Amino acid sequence: MSVSLLLLVVAVIGVAGYLAGSWRANALAGGKLSSLHSRPGYYGSFVAVWSMLPAVLVLLVWIVASPVYIGSTVRAGFPDEVKAEPQATQNLNYNMIGAIARGFKLLSAEERDAVSAAGASARTVLAGKGVPLAADPAPYMLTAADDLGRMTAASRTFLSALVVLVALAGAFLSYRAIAPKFRARNRVEGMMLIGLIGASSIAILTTVGIVASMLTEAVHFFNMVPAWEFFFGTVWDPRFAAAGATASAGQFGLIPLLAGTLYIGFVAMLVAVPVGLFAAIYMSEYASRHLRSVAKPLLEVLAGIPTIVYGFFALITVGPFLRDISAELNGLLTGNYTSIMLIPYVSSLSDDIITAVPRALRDGSLGLGATRSETIRRVILPAALPGIVGALLMTASRAIGETTIVVLAAGVAARMQINPFEPMTTVTVKIVNQLTGDLEFTSPQTLVAFALGITLFVITLCLNIYALYIVRKYREQYE
Amino acid sequence: MTNIVSPVAVAVSPAAAPRRDIGIKRRYAAERRFRAYGIAAITFGVVFLILLLSTVIRNGYTAFQQTAITIPVEISEKLIDPDNKRATDPSVLIAANYPAVVRDAIVKQLGIDPSKRTEVREAAAMISKGAPIQLRNLVVANPALIGTTVNVTFLADANIDSANKGQIDLNVPEANRKVSDTQIGWMNQLKSSGAIEKQFNTGLFTSGNSSRPEAAGLGVALVGSLYLMLIVLALSLPIGVAASIYLEEFAPKNKLTVLIEVNINTLAAVPSIVYGLLGLSVFINFAGFPRSASLVGGLVLTLMTLPTIIIATRAALRAVPPSIRSAALGLGASKMQMVFHHVLPLAMPGILTGTIIGLAHALGETAPLLLIGMVAFVADIPGTPLEPSTALPVQIYMWANEAERAFVERTSGAIIVLLLFLILMNLGAILLRRRFERRW
Repeated sequence: MSVSLLLLVVAVIGVAGYLAGSWRANALAGGKLSSLHSRPGYYGSFVAVWSMLPAVLVLLVWIVASPVYIGSTVRAGFPDEVKAEPQATQNLNYNMIGAIARGFKLLSAEERDAVSAAGASARTVLAGKGVPLAADPAPYMLTAADDLGRMTAASRTFLSALVVLVALAGAFLSYRAIAPKFRARNRVEGMMLIGLIGASSIAILTTVGIVASMLTEAVHFFNMVPAWEFFFGTVWDPRFAAAGATASAGQFGLIPLLAGTLYIGFVAMLVAVPVGLFAAIYMSEYASRHLRSVAKPLLEVLAGIPTIVYGFFALITVGPFLRDISAELNGLLTGNYTSIMLIPYVSSLSDDIITAVPRALRDGSLGLGATRSETIRRVILPAALPGIVGALLMTASRAIGETTIVVLAAGVAARMQINPFEPMTTVTVKIVNQLTGDLEFTSPQTLVAFALGITLFVITLCLNIYALYIVRKYREQYE
Repeated sequence: MTNIVSPVAVAVSPAAAPRRDIGIKRRYAAERRFRAYGIAAITFGVVFLILLLSTVIRNGYTAFQQTAITIPVEISEKLIDPDNKRATDPSVLIAANYPAVVRDAIVKQLGIDPSKRTEVREAAAMISKGAPIQLRNLVVANPALIGTTVNVTFLADANIDSANKGQIDLNVPEANRKVSDTQIGWMNQLKSSGAIEKQFNTGLFTSGNSSRPEAAGLGVALVGSLYLMLIVLALSLPIGVAASIYLEEFAPKNKLTVLIEVNINTLAAVPSIVYGLLGLSVFINFAGFPRSASLVGGLVLTLMTLPTIIIATRAALRAVPPSIRSAALGLGASKMQMVFHHVLPLAMPGILTGTIIGLAHALGETAPLLLIGMVAFVADIPGTPLEPSTALPVQIYMWANEAERAFVERTSGAIIVLLLFLILMNLGAILLRRRFERRW
C-alpha cells in the first residue's frame, strides 16, 4: 500500500472509531445523557485520536528509519573494491541502484530474466521504460538493485500490516475503555493542549533549526578556511570549485561585502528615514481625515508590492536612461530603490508611535503658544524618540537583509573602497550567487554562504533585540 | 527667541505698537516649511507608486496579446514521409523535416522566389521557432493530414510580435534593429491580407517556460505558486492558530513562554534569505527532499509566514472581550470549550485577515525560493508538489535576467498578473474586515 492510501485507511478507521465511540457512549447512557461524564462526541473523539495518532507516529518513524536501514544493508553487500571508493562515488552508485530498482518494478518477469542473463542490456531495457541511466550498470548493481527492491517491498508490506494493526488495536483498546464514569473530555482536552504546546514550540524549533543548520555548515567552512581570514579578510575572491578536486584556494574576506551592505543600507536609510518620518508626522499631526484616508493606504500599497517588482523597476528604468552613470552610481541607486521599499515601513511604525504620545503633552505645548511644528520638534519627537529609534533599528535590519532588489540591481564586484561611486555588492547577493546552480556541500565556495548567512542572522538579530529592548524600556514613560 | 522690551521703552513711546517682536513671522515660516516637508514626503511616496505602476503597466499590458500568423500549410508527403514508411515505422513522423514545411508555407504565402536563400531565411525567421514542433504534434496526432493543405495558426517570432505592437523604433538604422525593412514590408503585406493578427495571449497562462519569448508562459509558475499557497495555508493556519491560542489563553507566565514570545517577534524580522538557507540545509541537504520542489518551498514559506500569522492571531484573540470568556466559564464550559466554542469563532475574521496578508506576503517572496533551487528552467507543468516547479516571483526574476527585449514585456506582464493576485487577496482581507469587524 502506498503511504497516501495507508493514511486514508487510518483516517477511515479513525472516523469509524469516532462513530463507534459516540454510539457506544449513547448506548451506555441509555437515553439519559446526564449519566455520562462527557458529551458523547468526546468519547468518539477519544477513540478517533487513539486509533489515528499512534498509527501515524509509527508510519512516520518507519518512513524515516527504513530507508536508512535498507541503505546500510544494501551497501554492506557491496563488493570490497566498491567499498574502497570515496563516499561521493558510493552515493552516486547507490542512487543508480535506486533508479535500477525503480525500473525493475516496471518490467515483466520475462524481461527481468532477460536483463539478468545479459547485464549490459539493462540500460537500454530500462530506458525503454522511461528510466534513464547514466551508464551501463555493473553486475553487482543489478543484484543490489534486486535486494533493494525486495527489501523495499517487504518493508512496505510489513509497514502496511503494522500500521493497520496499530490503528485497529488503538481503536479497540480505547473503545473498551469507554464507560459512563470515564472522563473522556478531560483526556481529549489534555491531548489538545499537548498539540497546542507542540505548535507553539515550532517557533523555538525554527530558531534552533536556523542556528543549528547554519552553525554546522559554517563550522565545516571554518575547518577549511580559518575564521579570522573570513571575518577580517579584505579580499573577496572565492574562485570556482572544480568538480572532484580539492578546494582551489579562494579568498573569502567578509569586510568588502560588509562594507557594501552597510553602504547600501546607509544610503537606503538616508532617504527612507526623513521621507518616512515626515510622512508619518504630516499624517498624524496635520493631515485632514480625508487626506489621511487616501494617503495612508497608498503608502501601504508601496509596502505590499513584492520586492522583485522594485528590482525589476530598477533594472528597466536605470538600464536605458542612465546606463553610463549607473555603473558609477550603482550603490547609490540600489540604496535608493531599497529606500522606497522602506518608506512605508518607517512611516507606519513611527505613525503608531507618534499617535501614542499622550494628548496632554500636545495640548500643553500648544496652549503655551508653540506652533504645531515647534510642538512636534520640541515635545512630541523627544517623547516618541525611544520608539522611533527602535523603529529605525528594525528598518535598518530590513535594509541589511534585503535580497531581491540588490540581487537584481546591485553589482557583483566585491571591492573595498572609500569611493561610494564604485559598484559594490552585499552579503545577501553573495549568498544567492554562491548557492544558485549546481552545488556540493563539500566545497568552501558553497559553504561560505552559510557563514555569510549566520553573520547576517546575528547582525539583524542583535539589531532587533536591541530595538525591542529600547521600545520596551521606554514605552510606558508617559502613561 | 524673544526680545523682551523693557518697560521703560513702553513708557517712552506708548504710540508704538505694543506688540513684542517674538519672531512670529519667522516661526510661521518655519511652520510652513515643516508642513511643506511633510507634503513633499507624502508626494514623493505617492509619485513613486504611480511611476512604478505606470511603468509596469505601460511595459506589460501588451503581453496579454500575442501576434499570430495564420497561413495555409501544405503538408506534403514528399517532405515528411518521402519513402512512405509511416504505416510501418511511426518514428518517421517524429523525425521529419517540419522546418522545411513551415518555411515553404510562409515563402509561398509571401510569394518569394524559393531560390533566393537570404530572403527565404528572413521570411522563415518571422515565424516562431516553435512552429515546426507545433506542426509535428499536429501531424503525429492526425497522420491523415499528410498530403492535404490546412490553415495553421503559428505564433509570430518575438521580434515580429514587437514590431507589430509598434515597440520597435523604425527610425533606427536597419542594421541596429532586430527586424529588417523587408520583414516589416512582409508583415504589413500579411497584415493587410489578414494573415497576421493579434490574439489574446492564452499561452502566457498555460505554457511553461521557454527560451523563446513568444512561447514563454507562466503556466508552471502559476501552478507552482498555487501549490505553495495551498501548502502554506494548510500548514501555517492551523499551526499558527494553535500556537497563538496556547500563548494567549493557556500559557503560564514563565521564562519559557517569555522566551517563545521574544523568539516569535524576532523571527518575524529575520531576513527571508535566512529561511532559504534553513530550507536548503535542513529540508534538502538533511532530510533529502527533492530540489526545486514546491513542497520544500511551501515548508520554507510556512516557517516564514508563521510569525506574521501568530502575531495577527494573538491580536485578534486579545480583542475578544474578557466578558465573553467569563460568561462561558460561568456557564460551566471547560477552558478548552470556552476557547474553541466562543473565543475562536469571534476572533476568526481577524485571524483570516492576518492569514491572507501573510499569504500575500509569501506569494511575493523571492529570496528563499532562489536558494532552494526553484530558479529552474521548467517547461512541463508539475503534477504534484514533489515535481520541479517555479513560482511567480521567481519566474519574474528569471525573465528579468533575460537579455532579449521581448522578455521585458513578458516580465511586466507577469508582474501585472502577480500584482492582480495580490490586489485580489488584499481586497479579500479588507472585505472580510469590513464585513465582520466588531467593535466591543
